[in-house]
Amino acid sequence: MYQYDQIDRQLVNQRVAQFRDQTRRFLAGELGEDDFRSLRLRNGLYIQKHAPMLRISVPYGLLSSTQLRMFARIAREYDKGYGHFTTRQNLQFNWPKLETVPDILALLASVEMHAIQTSGNCIRNVTADHLAGIAPDEIEDPRPWCEYIRQWATLHPEFSFLPRKFKIAVTGSPADRAASKVHDIGLHLVRNAEGEVGFEVLVGGGLGRMPMVGHVIRNFLPKQDLLSYLEAILRTYNLEGRRDNIHRARIKILVKALGPEKFRDMVEAEWQAARDTAPVYDAAEVERIKAFFTPPHYETLSNEDLMAGQSSEFRNWYQRNTKTHKVPGYRAVVVSLKAPTRPPGDITADELDRVAALSEQYSLGQIRSTHDQNLLFADVRQKDIVALWHELKSLDMGTPNVGTLTDMICCPGGDFCSLANATSIPIARQINERFDDIDYLYDLGPIELKMSGCMNACGHHSVGHIGILGVDKNGEEWYQITLGGSASGFDAAIGQVIGPSVRHAEVAETISRILNVYVAERKEEERFIDTFRRIGVAPFKARVYAPSDKAA
Amino acid sequence: MRRLIKQREIVADEWRYADEDPLGRERALILPFARWKEERERWWLWDGKLGVRIGPTDPVAALEHDFLRISLVAIEFGGLGEGRGYSQAQLLRKRYKFTGELRAVGKIQRDQLFYLARCGFNAFELPETANWDEALAAFDDYSVAYQPAVDDGVSLQRRAS
Repeated sequence: MYQYDQIDRQLVNQRVAQFRDQTRRFLAGELGEDDFRSLRLRNGLYIQKHAPMLRISVPYGLLSSTQLRMFARIAREYDKGYGHFTTRQNLQFNWPKLETVPDILALLASVEMHAIQTSGNCIRNVTADHLAGIAPDEIEDPRPWCEYIRQWATLHPEFSFLPRKFKIAVTGSPADRAASKVHDIGLHLVRNAEGEVGFEVLVGGGLGRMPMVGHVIRNFLPKQDLLSYLEAILRTYNLEGRRDNIHRARIKILVKALGPEKFRDMVEAEWQAARDTAPVYDAAEVERIKAFFTPPHYETLSNEDLMAGQSSEFRNWYQRNTKTHKVPGYRAVVVSLKAPTRPPGDITADELDRVAALSEQYSLGQIRSTHDQNLLFADVRQKDIVALWHELKSLDMGTPNVGTLTDMICCPGGDFCSLANATSIPIARQINERFDDIDYLYDLGPIELKMSGCMNACGHHSVGHIGILGVDKNGEEWYQITLGGSASGFDAAIGQVIGPSVRHAEVAETISRILNVYVAERKEEERFIDTFRRIGVAPFKARVYAPSDKAA
Repeated sequence: MRRLIKQREIVADEWRYADEDPLGRERALILPFARWKEERERWWLWDGKLGVRIGPTDPVAALEHDFLRISLVAIEFGGLGEGRGYSQAQLLRKRYKFTGELRAVGKIQRDQLFYLARCGFNAFELPETANWDEALAAFDDYSVAYQPAVDDGVSLQRRAS
């Protein structure tokens, strides 16, 4: 795991001092609302319905137990005792007081954390595959590159006032577990015909009001050209992106307006023109960063048959909530934040402390956050897995639903967020109450349900196999359903609206009808998404809204 | 008399904008970009100092061959959210090797100064109501930087050396 040196520490401390002064000037009336808004947002501080919301950066989703304990302390001392993990692997506090935020930032800085660029029109936290470094299919660990990009992007003098927010995800496996195709830039570590590893570069993906899948603008970028190429993309966007309309300001709109080929030509021309002045590749720095991500000292173990002789309860959990590790005798274990009664992604201070302790006992003291709002222990010895399962169960973090319908992504919604048009947590609860039969969920197989309380799509609804979007109709909460979206790999697609939105009370019933269509139409072992792709939206449309269906 | 920060000092502005001094009596005149393009030949032989003021959509490449004559470029910022000027400045300094005065004008506040200076601006017109001493201190908000820019900052090579 990356560790700060004197320079990293100094920068973060100076950021705390700067933000402390900006907050002081605002509270003293020296800085107007609008100006402070722009300044606080680029430090992750929103003003929400009930209180400010502070979003803390978790670079590429990697946390130490010390950092988790600091979250617990902040949750207790400055919040109402809990936090919320987001789809960009960050953590949000919903109840800090504005005047205490500088003190929170100082505490975070003491454990090598910050809230820099977790919001605002700048380059946001760089995210990665949560199985980075341990996935058997990995070409190369993306995290050193994430860190290299993180440093370059932090307080970048030229790209800190972009037309709109800018998100980058990096993956190192053919299986895309970071939703990279719906990021402003997606970088895929790939091997070319000569066997060299470099980056496939995608641009123009994004969710929000006009969801789009990114376009490949370069099949292979040599590693040493990474920063110069990123600068060419960012400069083209900074100068040409629209600034007249906030809803047309993301890079995806520019790429769409120009066409991906024309955009690529502009980037390539800018890249060539900047050859002599762009950042040069710093091999020594990359090596220095890489040294923080060398594999830990694994014990020499062999794979065990853990299912044998165990209860079906354990086997169900093991099959869904643990993942293959490239080192024999180890597995990755999901720490589920999707128990039926838990708002997806939420975690209390006590739980944070317990997870920190468990990570030290079972997984080298490190924790990862996943883009689907769970936590993960990456390096668990298989022989410890049964014991860990008991611990997680006692914490209500062993819900064996990973990858199923109720492992849903859900934004905080109208209960907290002032952007939201409708609540989402009560819908999650409604769905959990309706679909509480685990055998039925297993029978349905892998389904990604994703839900957002507004167009901004923090809950990734447009790329859910089933997407739920909260809309406001004359002050009432309604929900629009989309089908067929996907954030992963080759399959990335934007979901299609199936028809008129439904009332709050009818969401679970509507989902149930959708699932009935799937169950009736599926061929053996066919996943929901594959059935949808085969039969299209029409059968769902016809039967979900038909009145007779309700009786059926 | 207008004040500005130049090379980290508060100084009186020796330059005038075209609407302030239409005949160029002060011999240091800043023309709007459109007018410079229009009247370039006429001003080239004039015996005062010339500057050009550009807006966010004006292409800096159009000035590439003018730097023998132009010794100041003023770049406009409409507010904190306007970010094109940072790229314009960076291009002027690095690609077109402009060495004259690069001035940030419009709605400029202290919170931008660190970024602006790193992109090559060396002159800043703040509103008269600004706290000028605080603004001067803002250049030192950070003593380290992760990436190379127009100033060297502390570049990514920092640890290697």
